Parts: sequence; structure tokens; C-alpha cells
Amino acid sequence: MGLEEKLPDGILLVSVEKLVNWTRKSSLWPVQFGLACCAIEMMSFGGPRFDSARFGMEVFRASPRQADLMIVAGRLSQKMAPVLRQVYDQMPEPKWVLAMGVCASSGGMFNNYAIVQGVDHVVPVDMYLPGCPPRPEMLIDAVLKLHHKIMNEPLGPKRAAKLADQKVELVPSSIKYAK
Amino acid sequence: MAEQPTTEPSGTLTGFAKGFGLTFATMFKKVYTQQYPFEVFPTAPRYHGRHVLNRHPDGLEKCVGCELCAWACPADAIYVEGGDNTDEERYSPGERYGAVYQINYLRCIFCGLCVEACPTRSLTMSNEYELALDNREDLIYTKEQLMAPLLPGMEAPPHPQRLGDEKAYYTVESQAPLQQGPPMSTANVAGRPITGIAIEVGRHHG
Repeated sequence: MGLEEKLPDGILLVSVEKLVNWTRKSSLWPVQFGLACCAIEMMSFGGPRFDSARFGMEVFRASPRQADLMIVAGRLSQKMAPVLRQVYDQMPEPKWVLAMGVCASSGGMFNNYAIVQGVDHVVPVDMYLPGCPPRPEMLIDAVLKLHHKIMNEPLGPKRAAKLADQKVELVPSSIKYAK
Repeated sequence: MAEQPTTEPSGTLTGFAKGFGLTFATMFKKVYTQQYPFEVFPTAPRYHGRHVLNRHPDGLEKCVGCELCAWACPADAIYVEGGDNTDEERYSPGERYGAVYQINYLRCIFCGLCVEACPTRSLTMSNEYELALDNREDLIYTKEQLMAPLLPGMEAPPHPQRLGDEKAYYTVESQAPLQQGPPMSTANVAGRPITGIAIEVGRHHG
């Protein structure tokens, strides 16, 4: 962002980094990008039984300019790929992509000419979620793992160089948050 | 311009009372939300989760490397390479064993056709579902990650056949119960062993 690159290393901005990351992960607004049957499970994720409002992300924004997270739910056809890319480009930084379901992650069982074999051919993906379709618990688990990744994101290139060799371990949510 | 339809004043008032009454009454209802990561609700017992490769009671692998699961898979998610057992190095009873066994969970659609195809009931499914990871490589599970853990009394292969000849492994008495354990496990962290309830899918031809 500018300021932190000029300051000496690690005296002030580590706490700021934590605070910034915490604010970012606590209201992760998803952009609407339901493409197929996974979107039904994604709607269930927003509904009362699973209630994404518990994680501050109940507002599925119709405008990408107000969104931080793109949940690509469903198979991406070749014709839809430029649209996906445009919606992604319209989202303001920082932004994250969650490939929901096997079709979005790798093409799944649709290994043919019509389907993009994984949305990471088009946009950078931060979290891959298997399942056909994944149950809403799996989506919650993926979102919480993404929250954990966001909490460990470096602020600026100096911190990035310092944290480059640290791998963020992703623990299953039922173990991490078990009572 | 057509005339606007007029609403009747008495109807509006009862309508409000009904609508807000329902909203007010909902406050006293039981909360429907499941607090998922904090309280885990069990899946249906036959839920199709990630796979488990089972073992014989003496620890030998049930997989014989026949690749029928790979042939049955509609998404081409399974890759198997068979290997030859020798008397010095034996992984499964009989001639062959699965030397390489990989399941790509970014292709797998959890349909259970592989479990139906398995002739030795080696491949079953657990109720484990928390599989999300941030890269594609780690979601290709290898044989070490899929093998069921050794229960007490089991011996890690390779070792000779402890139950007798090859036929003794396929009698009714020698069928070990499929792996039991807590429904949720640490198994989906790459490299950790698997526990979890192994379920039988598609037992319609038994």
C-alpha cells in the first residue's frame, strides 16, 4: 500500500496486518456467480439452516464492484469464460476466488470441448472445493479455510518475502472449531 | 389514465396485524440454524464421502489391482497400476496387488460406482467430507492416504499370508468388519491416516 514499504521491518505493521486481514475476512461479500447445480447448495449456504450471516457474508452482491469473493458454483462453459473473467476484473482488490464443486475446480466429469477444465484456466483460484455438488457444510468448511488463508496474508512485499516459505496448514473446520 | 383501485381501510389493518403477528411469533420459535463448524451433525450413515481402501484381518490389502474401479469411474478420477506379489514381498493374498492407487478428488463425483465395481470389497466410502484445499496437486490422494489404518492385530504389509491359503481370505468367517471409527476425522489433511465409518454402497447384488 506504500507506507509499510518505507518503514523498518516488523516494528509497527504486524498488528496492522492482523487487523486489516481480520476486517477483510470478517465481511467477505460474495459476488453472485451460480452457474449450475452447485448454486442450489450455495443458496442453501445463504439460507437459514446453514446461515452464512454467521460469517458476515450473507449478502450475495449482484454488482462485482461491491464484492470481495467470487464463488464459482458450477461448470464453466467456454462461452461463459470471458464473462467470468470480466466479472472478476470488475471486482476491486483485494479479491478471492473459490472454485466450488469438481466442475469448477477441474472440469469434473465433463471432460469435453464445451467445458473449461477448471476455472483456474481463466482466473486465479484460492480454494478448491471437491464434491458433486458439495454439501453446504463443505462450502462453509472451504470458506473458513479461506478465512484462515486471508488471516495469514502478508501486507506488502517485505512481509510477503518474509512469509514466502511458510505454508498455511488448512485444518478441517470440525476439528479446528470443535468444542 | 385508469382509476387507481382503492384499498379498503378495514382490510389493511387486519392485514398488518396478521403479517406482523407472524413475524412476532417467529421470535419465540426454536432457532433452525445448525452451528456447523462448532457443532458437527452426523451425515446419513451411507453418505458418500471420501474413499477408504480396506484391509484383511491380518493387515494384507484387499485391493488386487484389477482396475475395475477405474473402468467404472464416469469421471476418470481413479488411476490404478497393478503389481505382482512374490513370496518375499506380499501385499495382498493372491497374485496381484495395487501398486499405485490414486483418486483425483477434483474429478471424483462421489457416485459410488467404483465401490459397486470392486470385486473384493476393498474400496468403500467414509463419511468424511471436509476436503477443500488450496491447490490441485494435494487433492490427488495416493494409496498411503487412502489405506485404512492398521487395527490391533493387523500387521503392516509386506508379509506372508497369515490366514492360510488364498481361499481362506474369502470365506465368510474371515471377513473383517469394515473400518469403524468416529464419523469425522483428521483424514483430509494430506498425509494423515484415515479413520471414519466405511460404508457399503450398492449392496444390491449380494
